[in-house]
Amino acid sequence: MTTLEQGLDISSRGEDLQPGFTWRHYGICASGIIWREALRFIHQRERFVSALVRPLVWLFIFAAGFRSVLGLSIIPPYKTYIHYQDYITPGLMAMIQLFNGMQSSLSMIYDREMGNMRTLLVSPLPRWFLLTSKLMAGTLVSIMQVYAYLLIAYFWNVVPDSMWGYVTVLPALLISGFMLGALGMFISSAIKQLENFAGVMNFVIFPMFFASSALYPLWKVRMGSPWLADYCALNPFTHAVELIRFALYQQINWVSLAVVVGCTALFLTGAIIAYDPSRGMLSRKGG
Amino acid sequence: MQTAMSDVPALDVGHVSHAYGTRKALDDVSFAVPAARFCVLLGPNGAGKSTLFSLITRLFAMRHGAIRIFGHDVATAPGEALRRLGVVFQARTLDLDLSVQQNLAYHAALHGIGAQRSRALSHAVLARVGMADRADDKARDLSGGQMRRVEIARALLHGPRLLLLDEPTVGLDMQARTDILAYVRRLVAETGIGVLWTTHLLDEIHPDDAVIIMHKGVILRQGRAAAIAAALDVPDIKAAFAKLTGSRPVDVSELV
Repeated sequence: MTTLEQGLDISSRGEDLQPGFTWRHYGICASGIIWREALRFIHQRERFVSALVRPLVWLFIFAAGFRSVLGLSIIPPYKTYIHYQDYITPGLMAMIQLFNGMQSSLSMIYDREMGNMRTLLVSPLPRWFLLTSKLMAGTLVSIMQVYAYLLIAYFWNVVPDSMWGYVTVLPALLISGFMLGALGMFISSAIKQLENFAGVMNFVIFPMFFASSALYPLWKVRMGSPWLADYCALNPFTHAVELIRFALYQQINWVSLAVVVGCTALFLTGAIIAYDPSRGMLSRKGG
Repeated sequence: MQTAMSDVPALDVGHVSHAYGTRKALDDVSFAVPAARFCVLLGPNGAGKSTLFSLITRLFAMRHGAIRIFGHDVATAPGEALRRLGVVFQARTLDLDLSVQQNLAYHAALHGIGAQRSRALSHAVLARVGMADRADDKARDLSGGQMRRVEIARALLHGPRLLLLDEPTVGLDMQARTDILAYVRRLVAETGIGVLWTTHLLDEIHPDDAVIIMHKGVILRQGRAAAIAAALDVPDIKAAFAKLTGSRPVDVSELV
């Protein structure tokens, strides 16, 4: 071990701390959290590949098989007949974000057990800020995955009506990614039973994905089951899909925007409360 | 400045109780860690040490009692309290896929310390624990003892005046244990940092150390190790611990 005379004199610091935190502190903290998430993402190539393979399987196989089975009429935002693969692309983009949100929520449980969550939560900055930054980091990762999917879909001839769609979809992806990430975070903190991926698949991902407008338009669902169509219309995931679908065609679906923003606020508040030590669930688990 | 600082204890735990459902993990626990002291929190597994750590680091909410770090209440002023605190958790908390330097930079960012300053600070704290030449290695490639040293360096990075270590020598070989203990003792002597060191290993205690003996959520004795032994009319802290808890003391010879 080297001598203690090396390095900075720790005793001289700590006393001259200015009380409170500046915007600079907040900015450094948020970018540090995002930077770490990006590094982890780069190191986990399998995660990236599987996140990409999943929607591509749906696009290449499912969409091709169903192409002739499902007849699609012209519904907004579309102005012409579209192929089924064009129809399900917004749903698959949202699916990428749904999986990403659930995966990062499970990794938070894993982190909590492994102690990485502790490293984050002993930061002196407010906890709501730490959790929101973590959410932003996860959302940015999901957006990278979505654009990778769009790139491959482009070569499969799945393109929006204008190249501008790739730009206008970005804010929609930010909001929908935030909503699905916040949902995952809330689930990770509140529901102990869902601590394995099978549980999350069965009780969160499948009901959200299949009972939505991702694979079939709601008017088509209504023909089969009015009850199911109502359920789909209430599903926040439907609105994430529609928000993305409209944004990809440079339009805004105001109802969906309102639902997604409202749900984001709801889930995020729930997650922050759950991770707040004075009210939260952390201490109830008795770890 | 030093005299003013030393009046306020580095850590002040006052009448803290905590329960999981009906099981009481901590029952009216009070003690203080003065600045520039090496304090040992001694207790067998299940004594409530980890619960206490979770309360001090604000992972759990305080239900009864108060914890202050240099006078800043953890419940009402968590930011001011936590920024004066460095923690080494019992579980390994390094990100194994990242390099040592990246782990430290992440921690610095969490404390609002920017990249440039964090690089200088990292170099300094790593040099202190003799790990400066491993800065670019992946955490995965380090031995258990080296990881501990990096974790201590990381806990010191933001310049805390109080350092908590939760069973830091668990799972380490003899040489690494001795090194880390000696290192932290020197840190206290030379920098004036206050240290709370929890352990269930009695051979880590010197007769002059401040010791808090905890058992089943209750503090049985606190004071200088030699004084505790003398008051119980036994030769050393090992015998004192056995007499107080009625348990056979854990000796390091059983672990190797």
